[in-house]
Amino acid sequence: MKAKIDVRALNAWFRTTHALRDVSLTVPENSVLAIIGPSGCGKSTFVRCINRMHELVPGARQSGQVLVDGQDLHARRVDPVNLRRRVGMVFQRPNPFPTMSIFDNVVAGLRLNGVRGDYAEVAENSLRQAALWDEVKDRLQQSALSLSGGQQQRLCIARALSIEPEVLLMDEPASALDPIATAKIEELIHELRESLTIVIVTHNMQQAARVSDATAFFYLGELIEHGATEQIFTNPREPRTEDYVTGKFG
Amino acid sequence: MMLARRRAVNLIMTAVCGLALAVALVPLVSLLWLVISHGFRGLSFDFFTAVPAPVGEAGGGVGNAIAGTLYIVGIACLIGVPLGIGAGVFLAERGDGRVGDAIRFTAEVLSGVPSIVVGIVAYGLVVLPMRRFSALAGGVALAVLMVPTLARSTEELVRLVPRSLREASLALGVPQWRTSLRVVLRTALGGIMTAILLAVARAAGETAPLLFTSLNNQYWNFSADQPTASLTVQIFNYAVSPYQDWHDKAWSAALVLLLLVGSLSLAGRLLSRSRLR
Repeated sequence: MKAKIDVRALNAWFRTTHALRDVSLTVPENSVLAIIGPSGCGKSTFVRCINRMHELVPGARQSGQVLVDGQDLHARRVDPVNLRRRVGMVFQRPNPFPTMSIFDNVVAGLRLNGVRGDYAEVAENSLRQAALWDEVKDRLQQSALSLSGGQQQRLCIARALSIEPEVLLMDEPASALDPIATAKIEELIHELRESLTIVIVTHNMQQAARVSDATAFFYLGELIEHGATEQIFTNPREPRTEDYVTGKFG
Repeated sequence: MMLARRRAVNLIMTAVCGLALAVALVPLVSLLWLVISHGFRGLSFDFFTAVPAPVGEAGGGVGNAIAGTLYIVGIACLIGVPLGIGAGVFLAERGDGRVGDAIRFTAEVLSGVPSIVVGIVAYGLVVLPMRRFSALAGGVALAVLMVPTLARSTEELVRLVPRSLREASLALGVPQWRTSLRVVLRTALGGIMTAILLAVARAAGETAPLLFTSLNNQYWNFSADQPTASLTVQIFNYAVSPYQDWHDKAWSAALVLLLLVGSLSLAGRLLSRSRLR
């Protein structure tokens, strides 16, 4: 399978903190990679390097290469703004724009980027993809804050999908949600895999086992083990991985 | 025993606080009472719409001065609001370095400059080159007074916008500048409107910067390059005149000014309260 994301010897720092150490891995196209590991192990930093959000934090640095479709993201002619339209992101906490309606939130990526088109159609498609359409179709003009937490998160997923990214990064997308909303999001990930490459950070082992094709275990900024999800959870090579997935630490 | 003592101390302290409040309210209430009692008699429909009458003649009003104040403050807003908000957004988004500190320090110094000094600066900057007192000069002077406070309050309000919203926008591939303008600024807009209203209310009450910039005018004027009447300067002129009926008009004009500034502040308060809900 073709590699969609290819990370080579990636290092990242926050001022003097070395957050990622020599991480190398590849993600095939139309697959789901789960990233697991205890808090502070560099999971979020890793995904934020893939859409160059890491560099927005004051004092952040990085070295190594991240390639999407074989193109180095840090080559001089790569514009992070264009890159982020290809590599979408969903955050830990739902963050809809509070001043906008549900509809305006979904098409915000188009409108703010000055893209013209049939907004109504894009909004409906994106909301359907995010399994939110039936719940909001009669109240599209209401404030996005009138939705529940789980609905807000699916709205944020719809917003990310509206600009038709090729890669979707999800940074613990379900950690602030109840089990029902979490199940909906996991179902969504299954469907989105048809058209997207997904990298999902999660604290929840069962979630990683349910949604992903491959799993990477990070510990203290290092990639300890990376392999097929089934292998990581049933037959890990590294003792630290085994300790973590069986709940001995973390 | 201890409890009784504590209760007594509590009672005394509450009384002292109440007394302090009453004393603090005396100047405010007496000021309001004085202006209302002296000024209310002179209010009439004419007073709001007519131009000033010569000494000794009955009637006349401050219509042109009300319009002039609004006109000059309008010019001040055109200049001062974009500058103040722009500076505030810059400070919030890019103001963590040395440049930001320098700007912040300058704004603080500027907001401490006495308003009459600002008037002199506007006199030198606008009146001398134009060889004429003008509404524009008054507007510039008031704008200079508005900018530092507006910049600082905009900075505070923009900093209150959660980082997650900024990131949401950036992650959608929206450039930084457009994120600042259309997401961050828009989210802070309610608070910024309040800050603008309060700055306008303050500027409308200024006299010193207008004395030798917009000067005064006995007639209606809406040309930016002509001397223009303003409520504050009109009050000043009436009050220092030797005529009793002009003194009465000064009180009435003062009441009109209080109403104008008071309603602006009130609007600002209501706006900010509805935003918090």
